[in-house]
Amino acid sequence: MTRYNTEQVGSWLQDMQQSLQHLITDTSGDDSPVAMIGIKTGGVDVGKHLHKSLDLHEPLGELNISFYRDDFSTVGLHPVVGPSQVPFSIDGRHIILVDDVLSTGRTVRAAMNEIFDYGRPSRITLAVLIQRTGHELPIRADIIGQAIDLSDNMHVSLDPSDMSITVSEPNRREPDRREATGEQGL
Amino acid sequence: MKHNDPQFNRFGNLHHFLTLDGLDKQTLTGILDAAENFTSVNDKSIKNVPLLRGKTVANLFFENSTRTRTAFELAAKRLSADILNIDLVSSSTKKGESLLDTLRVLESLQCDMFIVRHSDSGAAHFIAEHVASTINVVNGGDGQHSHPTQGMLDMFTIRRHKGDFENLRVVIIGDIKHSRVARSDISALRTLGVAEIRVVAPNTLIPEYVEELGVKVYSKLEIALKDADVIMGLRLQNERMNSATVPSMGEFFRTYGLTEDRLKLAKSDAIVMHPGPTNRGVEIAANVADGKQAVILEQVNYGIAVRMAVLSITMGHGEAVREAEMAVSS
Repeated sequence: MTRYNTEQVGSWLQDMQQSLQHLITDTSGDDSPVAMIGIKTGGVDVGKHLHKSLDLHEPLGELNISFYRDDFSTVGLHPVVGPSQVPFSIDGRHIILVDDVLSTGRTVRAAMNEIFDYGRPSRITLAVLIQRTGHELPIRADIIGQAIDLSDNMHVSLDPSDMSITVSEPNRREPDRREATGEQGL
Repeated sequence: MKHNDPQFNRFGNLHHFLTLDGLDKQTLTGILDAAENFTSVNDKSIKNVPLLRGKTVANLFFENSTRTRTAFELAAKRLSADILNIDLVSSSTKKGESLLDTLRVLESLQCDMFIVRHSDSGAAHFIAEHVASTINVVNGGDGQHSHPTQGMLDMFTIRRHKGDFENLRVVIIGDIKHSRVARSDISALRTLGVAEIRVVAPNTLIPEYVEELGVKVYSKLEIALKDADVIMGLRLQNERMNSATVPSMGEFFRTYGLTEDRLKLAKSDAIVMHPGPTNRGVEIAANVADGKQAVILEQVNYGIAVRMAVLSITMGHGEAVREAEMAVSS
């Protein structure tokens, strides 16, 4: 088991903030208004930290992507995490999409599908705190807090109370537990 | 409990949705929570979600009901399912085809779910027992027995306005005896743990042994309404007039109609509910049905999110069941 404490994760978040700040101020010709959306629940936790420091006009949007997942027919409806809330128009906006962990890319695919059902953004930038191995789709993050090489069975979890990260290899991971954590690298 | 309940498959998943009797608080709360998430679907410019893409839902309506059928149809469409509306009131069953033959035909058309509305109590249970194990059955109202999605949308409406169920005093007015809505509401309200359920109606419209359902019976509306948080009206069916269980519409309204003056006896923030369609001037005064305490149109609106929740929860395990059965047979 490896643990990254508040300080380490904090420095990754700070790197992300700087990259985002740079991206927002220097958009080389693209002046569409910027708004941020976090993917529930880990992406919202990360998004809150980034949103605070970026002085964006719109509040942080929150996406519950469970109705857009591609594994519904095998595992059913996922744990309930509260409705999506996008309290601004997506049309013509530059959306910064935030998640805690990027692995297969399936969560991001689902999130982008949902975003396009709200409207037509001018651009989507993907920011993730952790990029781990395990890509299954051609989706890459634009801004990454930290890249970690992990074997498939390793499990990354973010503790929102102190923003620390635990990487563990559960001996026998119960399927229910895996779903309940909500960020099983999907 | 779950092992004997025909609504659950052998993996303990809610596979059919036939009645609220026997469903525990966790199951009901799970449906309400899922429905809460589906309410945000209306915020999007494209209001569909792709959850049930490729699934086929058949509305089997053996009894006319435009409202319920439309609500199920819209819920299925918002989930991106294909929906077949099969009007059985005027079709093959009239030609002598048996119910089971009709079911076999629909099964062979690769339907994944049947939504059943029937004037006979127990029809949905019967169909659930006789369909292929991969098909989900949802009861859209059967006889005088049960109308579980109406019950859940009523609970959803109450929770939206009142938050917790624990301290609520709920009054149900009218034809308790013949109402599947009342039966489903009482069942859910008890499971969710409201403080008190009162039913009020003329003696002829109160079922025998109703106290065994855990309700208090009142014959005087003015007394029953005291300190009420939630007031639920029921539709008085025209045939009750013909069967002489109530003397007349006017007489019923004078004694049991929910008027503005009577509403004042309840708590000032009480909500007024009705499953619709309302008989203005019979169960409820027009100015109460249109008044600021009425949440009747909200009920209709929430009915979509609640039915989306029920459809997706029951259908969410189809593939897993199929795989498990293939593993067993191979």
